[in-house]
This record gives sequence, C-alpha cells and structure tokens, in this order.
Amino acid sequence: MKLELRGITKRFGALVANNNISLTVESGEIHALLGENGAGKSTLMNVLYGLYIAEEGEILLDDVVQKFAGPGDAMNAGIGMVHQHFMLVPVFTVAENVVLGHEQTTFGGRLDLSSARAKVREISDRFGFDIDPDALIEDLPVGVQQRVEIIKALSQDAKVLVFDEPTAVLTPQETDELMIIMRQLAESGTSIVFITHKLREVRAVADRITVIRLGTVVGEASPTATNAELASLMVGRAVELTVHKNAPELRGTALSVKNLTVIDARNQIVVNNVSFDVQAGEVLAIAGVQGNGQTELTEALIGLQHHVTGSIELDGKPLRGYSVRRILDSGVGFVPEDRTEDGLIADFSIAENLMLDRSSGAPFVKGGNLQLGFRAKFAAEKIHEFDIRSQGSAMEAGRLSGGNQQKVVLARELSRELRLFVAAQPTRGLDVGSIEFVHTRIIETRDSGIPVIVVSTELDEVVALADRIAVMYRGEIVGIVPGNTPRATLGLMMAGEHAPETEAAL
Amino acid sequence: MSDLTAPAAPAPAAPAAGPGRKDGSERWTQSLRDITGGSAMISILAVVFALVVGAILIAFTNERVQETAGYFFSRPADLLQAVWDAVAGAYSALFQGSIYNFRAQNFLTAIRPLTETLTFATPLIAAGLGVGLAFRVGMFNIGGRGQMLIAAGAAGYVAFAVELPAGIHLIVAILAGLLGGAIWGGIVGLLKARTGAHEVIVTIMLNFVALYLIQFLLRTPGALQAPGSNNPKTPPMLSTAVFPDLFGPRYNLHAGFLTVIAATIFVWWLLSRSNLGFQFRAVGQNPSAARVAGINVKNVYLYAMAISGALVGLAGINQVLGTVTTGFGSGIDAGIGFDAITVALLGRSKPWGIFAAGILFGAFKAGGFSMQAAEGVPIDIVVVVQALIVLFIAAPPLVRAMFHLPTPGTTRKPKISAVKASKSNEVVAK
Repeated sequence: MKLELRGITKRFGALVANNNISLTVESGEIHALLGENGAGKSTLMNVLYGLYIAEEGEILLDDVVQKFAGPGDAMNAGIGMVHQHFMLVPVFTVAENVVLGHEQTTFGGRLDLSSARAKVREISDRFGFDIDPDALIEDLPVGVQQRVEIIKALSQDAKVLVFDEPTAVLTPQETDELMIIMRQLAESGTSIVFITHKLREVRAVADRITVIRLGTVVGEASPTATNAELASLMVGRAVELTVHKNAPELRGTALSVKNLTVIDARNQIVVNNVSFDVQAGEVLAIAGVQGNGQTELTEALIGLQHHVTGSIELDGKPLRGYSVRRILDSGVGFVPEDRTEDGLIADFSIAENLMLDRSSGAPFVKGGNLQLGFRAKFAAEKIHEFDIRSQGSAMEAGRLSGGNQQKVVLARELSRELRLFVAAQPTRGLDVGSIEFVHTRIIETRDSGIPVIVVSTELDEVVALADRIAVMYRGEIVGIVPGNTPRATLGLMMAGEHAPETEAAL
Repeated sequence: MSDLTAPAAPAPAAPAAGPGRKDGSERWTQSLRDITGGSAMISILAVVFALVVGAILIAFTNERVQETAGYFFSRPADLLQAVWDAVAGAYSALFQGSIYNFRAQNFLTAIRPLTETLTFATPLIAAGLGVGLAFRVGMFNIGGRGQMLIAAGAAGYVAFAVELPAGIHLIVAILAGLLGGAIWGGIVGLLKARTGAHEVIVTIMLNFVALYLIQFLLRTPGALQAPGSNNPKTPPMLSTAVFPDLFGPRYNLHAGFLTVIAATIFVWWLLSRSNLGFQFRAVGQNPSAARVAGINVKNVYLYAMAISGALVGLAGINQVLGTVTTGFGSGIDAGIGFDAITVALLGRSKPWGIFAAGILFGAFKAGGFSMQAAEGVPIDIVVVVQALIVLFIAAPPLVRAMFHLPTPGTTRKPKISAVKASKSNEVVAK
C-alpha cells in the first residue's frame, strides 16, 4: 500500500512540531525517518496513527484521502504501529495479546483463543519467528516481545507498518534480526516507516531516507550516503562521529577490583568472581549484551548492592561495604544507567538536581540551610559550561530533552573532585549531537588523570572510547582486550567465547 | 544551536513546583502560573463548587422551598424567593458565625467569630502540616488520631500531674507532647525503614493501639484518671501549663495559635530552605534517584515520620492545653487527625496552603454551628461541603472540565505524549 503525507502541519500552541511535511512511502519500501530527538518524528507518526489531528495537510493511502479520528480508524485503514515502549499486557499470553481489542468470541461470549493461536502460528511461520502462542509475555526476551508487537500489527492486516525507534531496547544481535524481519516484511509488500536516529541502522536497511530537523523536512538521502553526510543533515552542522583522543597517559593503578561477587535479591549470582584494575588516565569499557551483570557490577562499585564479596580498592583504600554516601564522598562520580529513574528527579529544578548528591554539606549546605545563592550561581555556571539548553536553572529537569538531562547528570558528577568516574550507558537514547558532547567530556575526564569506567552495550561506543575493553558474559569477565580489538572478536566474546588475545592484554 | 539560554516561550504552568530558588520577577510569574493554571486555582474552584452544591442541598432541604415548589407553575417567583432566602440566609449565617457578625453592638463583639474560627483552625493547621509533610516525603500518614492522643496524653499528664513554675511548665508540657507525637510517628518510620511495612497499615493500627492505651490509662487511677473519680477523664490542667488567652477572657483564642504559626514557618523553612527538607522532597519525588545520590532513604523515612508525628501531636497539645483545659477523655482528638488529611490536600501539602486551608475549615466549623442555630440548616451540610471539596480536589480533571480550565502545560503538552511534546519544547528553545 502506498502511503502519502501531504503538507502535514501540527502545532502545539506557539510551537510548530511539524511544519508542512510531505512524505511518500511506496509499497514494499522501507522508508527511514531520520532526525534527532525532538525533531518531530514521533509527532508526525502520531498524526499518521490518528493520535493527533493535524491542523493542515492530508494523509493518503493508495491516493485516497483518509480521515483518522483515532488509532482505531488508522488500524482499520491498514496502518500498524510498533511502539518504542511495547503495548503488551505482561501477564497475558502471546495469543491473548495479539487479539486484545479485537477479540473473536464463540457461542455464549467465550473467547475464541484457538483461532488466535492459529493466527499467531500462521504469521509466526510466515516470517520464521518461532513464537509459542501460549507463552506469557513477561517470560519473553525483549526482542521476542517486539515480534509479538509486529504480529499484533500484522494480524490486523496492516499494510503500512510504523516502527518507532524499534532498536532502542534491543541488543546488537536482536537488532540484526529485526533488520532481516523488516526486509522480509518489505518483500511481502508491506510499506515500512522506520523512525530512528541511529545512522548505521538506516544505512543498513532503508531504501530511502527522509531527514527531519526542527519539524521540517531538510532533505532526502539515499542509503549510500556516508554517516557524516547524514549526521550533518540531521544536526544541521558538521558532526564529529569519531572521538579524537590521544594515547592514554597511564598514571598507575587507581581502582583495583578483586574476586568481586554479587548476589542479587533473588539469590542469583549476578557477578561472578570478577577481577580487574583501572589505571588513572585510562578508559576501561565494560562491554556485553544487556543483562550480563554489568548493571550489578557498577551498582556494587557505588555501594548500591547489598550482598557483595571480594574487594574493591580505590587508591589503596577499601570501598566495599560502605554506604553510597561515603563512596561518593571518597571521590566516585557515577552516571547511572537509567537517567530518568536513578539519575534525576524529574520534578526538581535543574539547580536542585545539580546539588542532588551533595545535600549534606558544604558548599551547598551550611548549618542545615540550603545555600540558595551559591546554588543559583553554580547552576548558571554549569548550564553555561555544559551547554544545557533550558529556560533557566529553575526549569524542571523532567522537561528537558534526554540529551540535556544527561548533561545535567554529567555536570553534577564531573563538578565534584573525582578519583574515579563510572558511567553506565552514558549515551543511551541520546541524539548524535549529545553523544558527541558526552564522549568528549568522558575523554577530557580521562585526560585529566581520572580512571574512567564506561559500561555500554553499544559496540560503537565501546570501540570509540575504550583504551581497554572488558567483556562480560553471564556475570563473568570473558576477557580484557586492548581498545583496538576488531569488532568481530568482541562480538564473539560477547557471546561467551574466550578471545586468544586475552592473555596479551593482561 | 549554540546560544545558551535562548528566549523561550513562556513555560507551561508547573503543578506543585518545588519551592526552589526563583529570581524576583520569575517568582511572581511562577506564583501567578500556579494560581491560574495549576493547583491553587483547582483548590479555590473546588471550594467554590462545593459551596454551590451545598447551596443546592440547602435549598432542597428547606421547608419553605419544598412548599413553594408545589405551586411553582402558578407563582414561580415564590420558589425563587424561597431558594434565595434559604441559601443566602444559611451562607450569611455561616459567614457571620465564622468571620464577622454584623448584628453585634460593637466591633469587639462582631469580630469574635473570627477568633472562634482561628481557635478551631489551630489544631487543624498543626495536624494538616504533619500530614502534608508526610505527603511531601511520599508517605500517607493516617495515624493522626493516634499521634494526637499520645501527644495529648503526654502533654496533659505533665500539665496536671507535674508542678512547675509558670511558663516553664507550659514549655515542658508542650515538649512532652511533641515527643509523644514524634515517638508515635517515629515508630511508623522505623518500621517502614527497617522492615518495609507500609505506613498506611501501620498508622491505622497504631490509631487503635493509641486509643485503647489512652482509654486504659484514663481508667487507671494514678495514670491519667482524675483522682477520686470513676469517669474515664483526666483532672483539669494546672493553670501554669495552660496556653494564655491571646486577647483576654472575652475570646477563646489562645496562644496555641502562635505555636501553629511558628510550626508553619518551621515547615516552610524545613521544606524549602533546609537540606533535610531537600532530602525529604528528593525521597518523596524519586526514592531511587535519592538513594543513588547517597541520601539515606531509610533515615529520611524515620525523621520525616517523627517530625510529622510531632506536628500532628501539636494539634493534640493545643486541644488539651488550649481548647479543652478542664480535663479530657479519649475523644479529645475530635476527628481532627482525619480532617487534617483534607486540610493537607486542600493546601496542596504546602505550608502556607495548609495554613489557609486550616483557617477555611476552622471557619466551616465555627460557622456551621451558628448556621444551624440561626437558620436551622443541619450542620451536616458543612460536612458534605467538606467532603465535596476533597472529591473535587481528588479529581482535578473534573474541575478543569467544569470550568474549562487548561490542563497544566497543555498549551504545548498534549495529553497523550507529554514527553514527546516536552522534547519538542526544545525545538523552540533552539
């Protein structure tokens, strides 16, 4: 089915989120919609899906003008959406989720689940998904849950499928598999709109690329365009995609972790006998597929895990078993993995968030009183220094874009006197411009002689930042290899295979 | 892209914005936004609308209105007149009973209802502050009754059984009461911090524990029971431990009102100027971020519940040392611990909001009696109005829909995807 958007304009008050956007997606085409966070991609798709009503412009399917009053109309017209955050009921089975909202009943109002199961099997077989219709959603890995979303859309005979940032939650392997699925779908005649800000994926799978910036179409590109070309179109200026860094200036071992084991609340060993050193002035990247113990390892370093054995020593002083407060005070800076949940308080102002982990003493507190004057000055300085785009230091952090939220976290952590800096997934969900900024700051921190640990599931990031790479698999460190190790080797290590170079790096 | 603080469109109103530092002009616009778009306006409209519904109820229950409704079609003016008389009479009685009595001979008598209102408001404000503080830390303290009873018992015991010089006696009695409330609240915080017990359950149960403990002590000679009496009632408070009258014996208003003003200032300072309050609010908004930032969340629960209990206890202290000084029984809390929840909600858990809400509820109490006496309107109407206020506050979208108010921040934040839209805010900023 051919989808055409003509001159879509959507305003929120004074803000024009979409300005006269026109877009054509041919049948069987994968059309990538590329743009930074806040460029208006999601707004456009919500217009298409009937969640917003556009002020101007029209939507055409096979050259017929459509009027969508809600998602129901859009679905009936053949538009399906795979949301970034899945719309599935965790305690329902796959089949139940797929028919949710379109349940067929047999005599007496009984749910006709057997036809639902058959439908799931049929679609699943067609694309080689291998999904059990009776599996509970909560038991399935994220990548499989996404396939259930796809099945759900296809079961409603969707001819146009919209993928909204589908790879944000996926591991590299799952991402590759999704790319293959998208290809298959396109070959079977489905039109696909692929919303993303990841250049690599766009170039891998898209037939055509439309770039949106500030609510306007700024250009079309073909997948043969280079990353640099696409990025500069997206951001509106030339962007450094590679991190420029000199060879590390090693200044001796600062952090030493020996035989660290972490047992989680469910009595599972999540970090198993891990040992590594970090030198002052180097970046040690911890790579691995999400959920292999990296999160718990960083939490153990910062004092957030309770059942930890082994030793953690920073500059010769033990850290293990101390409170978070004491560990922070001994000079550990921490960027948590989940910035909105653990890094910021959304309803607090930027200024309040900047003092969040220094709320018990000077310089922000004297005699139990908040030093509001100092805080305002501090916030203004940091907003300038870290280029936090905001309406002033009193603006709530929750209203900032993801990139600017992360800048607030970085500004807070890097403005203390540090002896160790731990950044977990520092660029997750950020746009190209912000990633560049965060990477630059991390390397600057390294160059000032501070040991840095970066935990990332993105190989690009690991390769860009690391001086040495530790790969984790099932709670263990598979090996510690030099920063220039080829991706293929890292990929194998992430799947649990020991690398031959391991010994050399140690 | 590179300019730092680009001139941005006016920000959408922020509901319950943290009382953070604001520059002069910004502070004014912020408070204006709060009142028009946000929470304060909802509170005011909730009161107005509850009064309107109350008026309808008054009209319906009025005999004259019922009578005239019988011949509405022949003489509709009679009905309208009767409705007007009933409603205007009731509400003017409410006003005269709570603010200013026009019919009094002189100003000093006319102003007496206002002092009555403040007297009723005193414990409501104190307990409201306690409940509101707990709200700000993300906890629901429904243990007002228990905390008040324990505080009243402790303060009362010191007040009638211990002999101390005037002045010092009062202070010691107050401190004993605050300590009692703090311990009773602190137990809850401790249990929550150490065992994860939910504060709602624990406070409700401790209400019963406190009630029966006080009832037991009231029946035990040598404890709280008045000597030589079989009634479950304490002896009168010694005059050295009683709050002095603020404006002489002509008015009931006592110096307890000053303690409540002080408590309001204290809570304001605590929440918006102290680092402990900063930690309180951080835990209330996002406990996991607070934990990662090195704030000891368990201690915060303990401190917050202890302070909350002490504030609620101040209400009990005011009851026994100010309002009912002739000795008290186990009904001394007078439901104030529960009314305090309403007061805290209406005041949006902000110290001065609670102060205002407490005075409003004090006015309802003071005026309700004279409304019943003068117009024969049942005092239950006042309770209904109070209940409706809570209902409307609990359902802000309802009030917004009724008055066509914009949802806070909707001029640019559509309901469905607030996050997305706030991201696009940034587009303007750029």
